[in-house]
This record gives sequence, structure tokens and C-alpha cells, in this order.
Amino acid sequence: MDFFIQQFSNGLTVGGIYALIALGYTMVYGVMKLINFAHGELFTLGAYVGFTLLVSFNFTGILGSALGIGVAVLLVSFLVALAGHLLERVAYRPLRRSDRLAAVVSALGASIFLQNAIMLNWGAQNRAYKADLLPNVTLRFLGQSVPLTRVLIFLTAVAVMLALYLFINRTRIGMAIRAAAIDQGAAKLMGIDVSAVIAVVFIIGPALGGLAGLLVGLYYGPINFGMGQLYGLKAFTAAIIGGIGNIQGAMVGGLLLGLVESLGAAYISVAWKDALTFVVLILILVARPTGLLPERVAEKL
Amino acid sequence: MSFKLSLRALWDRRPRRLPAGIPLWAEIVGVLAFFSLPWIFRAIGLATSAYWLEVLNTVGLYAILALSLNVILGHCGMFHMGHAAFFAVGAYVTAVLNLNYGWAILATLPVAGLAAGLFAAAVAGPIIHLRGDYLLIVTIGIVEIIRIALTNDIFGLTGGPNGLMGIGRPSIFGWRLTRPWHFFYLIWTGVALTLILFHFLEHSRFGRALKFIKEDPVAAEGIGINTTRLKLLAFVIGAVWAGFAGTIFASRMRTISPDSFNFGESVILFTIVILGGSGSQRGVLLGSFLVMGLPEVFRKFQDSRLLVFGAALVVMMIFRPQGLIPPRPSKYSLPAPWDRYDGATPPAPGGGRGPGESPPWGKGGTLKGPVYRQSLAPTDTRGPLGADGAAKKGPSGLSPQTGGRDPQEES
Repeated sequence: MDFFIQQFSNGLTVGGIYALIALGYTMVYGVMKLINFAHGELFTLGAYVGFTLLVSFNFTGILGSALGIGVAVLLVSFLVALAGHLLERVAYRPLRRSDRLAAVVSALGASIFLQNAIMLNWGAQNRAYKADLLPNVTLRFLGQSVPLTRVLIFLTAVAVMLALYLFINRTRIGMAIRAAAIDQGAAKLMGIDVSAVIAVVFIIGPALGGLAGLLVGLYYGPINFGMGQLYGLKAFTAAIIGGIGNIQGAMVGGLLLGLVESLGAAYISVAWKDALTFVVLILILVARPTGLLPERVAEKL
Repeated sequence: MSFKLSLRALWDRRPRRLPAGIPLWAEIVGVLAFFSLPWIFRAIGLATSAYWLEVLNTVGLYAILALSLNVILGHCGMFHMGHAAFFAVGAYVTAVLNLNYGWAILATLPVAGLAAGLFAAAVAGPIIHLRGDYLLIVTIGIVEIIRIALTNDIFGLTGGPNGLMGIGRPSIFGWRLTRPWHFFYLIWTGVALTLILFHFLEHSRFGRALKFIKEDPVAAEGIGINTTRLKLLAFVIGAVWAGFAGTIFASRMRTISPDSFNFGESVILFTIVILGGSGSQRGVLLGSFLVMGLPEVFRKFQDSRLLVFGAALVVMMIFRPQGLIPPRPSKYSLPAPWDRYDGATPPAPGGGRGPGESPPWGKGGTLKGPVYRQSLAPTDTRGPLGADGAAKKGPSGLSPQTGGRDPQEES
């Protein structure tokens, strides 16, 4: 039971991180029908910017643990959002009217570019977050001890997702995003500035992805310039499992995937952990070809 | 599947000019010059000739792979980003048969193709109906599953993360292929065969049905094309070919490991097809040279090479979203060529096919001649949003009647 609780809480934490990344994929897909392959690299960028702020600039040493990490979270989100916005301007906006496959290749090119830019800037070897950034405390919870880091990361992810949920469902901008996702043409006719909506989506998505990168660094320690690829693929899988374009779906898919992976690694095989993700994906899509939750976007014929 | 064509028909369908207006004889001279490159290198005493031949071999191998992906992605329009999986199956089948059972490399070729094809049929069967992006992520998932399975030494045959070493060399009539220029001829003959075969495949009924599925799956289904079956068939054909390429790869490298077949390889193949011009053989060939060959030319830039490559992809897609050499909008003349060239009598009411030919999408009788001819009329693969307006130059995409002129189909 103890083992199960540990794996379960680990799965929730990893799932929260996947969900944060998946939200970026699903929002961009919802509005632009584009798989943003560079999103995984924005996630990596977040991890590295966080590394620079926390380890090289020693934010926690100067500002104290809580404030330092808080400032780092905000700065990382801001900087990665900026990068995401630039990416959209340079690589995607000119292709908005072209064939979808051209946009996919442009995204792949941007992904290769960013990955190598990160490698050239921070080096090809692994970097590691220091272990003492967050206080190394374990919480007693229902008779089980769970590390504080894990709880904090999970709560952060949940809080951000909740805020996003409210933003999408309760504000005018959120309504515009939902409208643009359902039918861009109709949204334009209703006076919605779709370009502005896409810009907003490309600020929120990367900000969440960058935050996820920082959280991964805090949770695991070592980071690597190529890590965005696998995280990106898994998060995209999570978005698909939940029904791409559906924001709640990405949250559910991310958490589900984290749990499957963590429990699968514990009870089935560690070596097959990554394969399990895709097996689950295939099984779910065979049973429900458009994901678990219904897709929000109208089918393009 | 029927791409039976008479020799006369082939001759009449021969391409007469390149899209850029280069006459055919210049192209033939170019091909001959290319095939004599090993001798030219030797004649001018190029010190790095072995290196450049290896580069050309890599280009050729990727050209074969990309051309086989082109059937799936370019002609049929399925978003398939997992071609490396079939390539891996072929390479590993060859390696295992050669190392564990002592088969000759060339004897493993059909088995490798067959294994890759069967594997494709098995995995694609349940997922073939998925829509574009769902199919994309699933095919990526298949590549990852294969890579992980190979790394975990599945069945105790694949040698785990280190892979398999000491794979034999192919020998043709007792002549063992070892040196780069041997492989140059092997691989580029393979490329030539691939080009010829897939050219005819593209212009067969099967190929046209695939194009139709790409343009409008609902309409294709509507006139009686069994879209699921044809998509699956396209998938299997592409996979078989990738399996063959796997055999050549294994015997050329002599060492294979799971890392050779990762997601990145699939991305490269996908990029080659889209960058070159999805659905166009010349485009895919050019794409292979650019993606696999050009980075070698810029090897001195080392680390920033891939950075530039990524940026170049973005720029290329912005300025030429349809690819470097997009396929020409094809036109088909009436009556259908096989009616004329087979010397058959004018089509009987109810069927325009020559004797003994059955349509690829059913047992026959599902389609009536006139419907068939009009609906397989010309497609502009770029769709109405073609960026440079080139689409408008050709005959309007939807007019089926072009009179009795010679067909000017070119890839």
C-alpha cells in the first residue's frame, strides 16, 4: 500500500506536468489546427532559463527559497511566452493560409532550430538543478510520507490549470478563444480578432510549457537539451487521448498518462515505461477515434 | 491492383520535358553522368572520393525510403510519420537471418520486405481509419514502440541497445560488394528501379484512386472506392519498400542499433517528402539531396549545421509551402488510354476497362465507365490555396474533357 501511494502520488505529479505541456498543444491545435512540434523545445527552454535563474544567478540564495522560486516561475513563464510569441510571428503566421503539412514541416524546422540553439547556448552535457532549492521535507499524509516537492509541484499544476479553466470559461478573451476554436470564419464575422486570439494562445501555451520545464528541473534535477522531444511527444499524446482541442481533455489526458506511466513502470516494467504510453494511446484511439472527451473543434471536411 | 500497360502505352506516356523545360535528352545525359561518378572521381584523382560516394549512398538510401513514404504521404495523403519503424523491421530481419541462420544478404531481401509489409498490415489495420493528426501521433507511437522493443532485446534476438554487429555483405553472382562504389551502384540502381516502379504505380488505376482518396475521401468512397482497403494497400506497399531499404542499410553499415531508427529518422523522411514536393518523384529526389547531402557539404560548420537546417526548413516552407518541385496538376484524356492502346473495341456500356482488367477497389461491377472516367479527372494536389498561382496555369482542375490529345501526365 505504501508503495502504491508513492507511485500514485508520483504519477499525479508527473501527470500534472504532462497536463501543463499538453494544454499548450491543445490550445494551439484548437485555434490553428496546427501541431506545434516546437512546443517540446519551449518546454526545454523553460527548464534551461529556470536553471540559469536559480542556479547561475542563485535567486533562491538572494531572495530566499519561496520568493526566489516564485520570481523564477514568473520570469520563466514570461520569457518563454515571449519566445513562443516570436515563434508564432516568424514560423507560423506566414503559413496560416498554406497547406497544413507545410506548417507541420515549419514546426519541425523550428523545433530543430530551437533544440540546437539551446544546445549551443547551454552546452550538450546534462545540467542539474541543485537538490536544495526546495526544502527537503516530507509531509505525513494519511499515515504516508510524501515529499513536499511532489505536493508543491502537483498543487502548482492544479492551481494553474484551474486558473486557465476559469480564464477560458469566464472571461471575454476566453470566450473569443473558444469561438475561434470552433469556427474561425464565424468568429471573424462576429468581430473577433482571430490574429489576436492566436497571439494570446501562443503566449499562454508557451508560458505553461516553460513553467512545466522549470517544474521538471525542480522535481528531477538533471535537464538535457533533447528532453523536450520525449516530454513533448508524451504531452501531445496526452492531448490526443483527451481529445485534441479540448482543454479539459488535455488536463484529464495528462493526469491519466502520468498515472499509467508511473504505475506501469512500478508494476509492469521500467524498461517498457515509454512504450506503455503509446500502447495506451493506440488502445484508446482504436476504441474512441477522437479521444476520451469529445473534440471541441468542428471537423474539417 | 492493375497497372498493366502495353509497351506502346508506356512509350506514349513517356515524359517529354522536365517541368523546368529541360529536354529529356539532357536528363538522360545527366543520369549517365551521375552513374559514372565513381569513374569521374577516380579519373580526377579525388582524394576524398570514398567519402563522397558514401554521402551519395546515404542520399540514395534515403531517396528510396522517401519515395516509398511518398506513396503513403504524397499520393494517398495519410499523415504518416513512422516510416522508420518499417525500415527497422527490414534491417533487423536481414541482420537476424544473416547472423543467426547464415542466410545470404540478398536472400533475406524478400523476407525483409515481406516482414515489413506484414507488420505494416498488422499495425495499420486497426488505425487506418484515424483522421490526419490522430494517425500522425499513432505512427510516431509505433516508431517509439519499435525502438523501445529493440532496445529491450525483444525475443532475445535484437541485441539490446548495442544492436547487432558483423552483418555480412551482399554478393551478386559470387561478387562480394564491399567498397563504397559497389554500394553506389547497388543503391542507385535501387533508386532507379524505385522511380520507375512508383512512376507506373502512380499512373495506374491504383495510383489515381489514391490521389482521389487524398483529394476527397468522401467522394472517393461515394463512387465505390474501398478507401480503407486502398489506404491499407498503400501503407503496405510503402512498408515493403522500406523493408528492402532496411536490408541494404544493414549490409552497408554492418552494424545496426535501435538509435538508427528513432523518431528523428522518421521526421527526416517526412521532411524530405514535404520539402521536395509531396507527391512528386523529382521533388522527393531533390529533397533527398538537399536534406541528406547538403549538410555534408557544410560539415565544416559542425555544430551550427543543424541550427541552420532548422531555420532553412522554416524559411523554405514560408516561401515554397508546396515544396520545391510540386507535382503538376495531371490531366487525363478520354477515352481512358487502355481502351485505345489495347486495341480494344469501344467500351461496352457498363465498363470502360480492357479485357481481363478488374478495378482495384472491388470485385468489379461497382463502377460504371462514365462515372469512373469523369471522377478520376484531374486533381490539383495543392488545393485551391496553392500559393504561387501555378495551379491556375494548367487546365482547370475539374474539366474532365480534354479531347483525344496525348496524356501529359508527369510526376
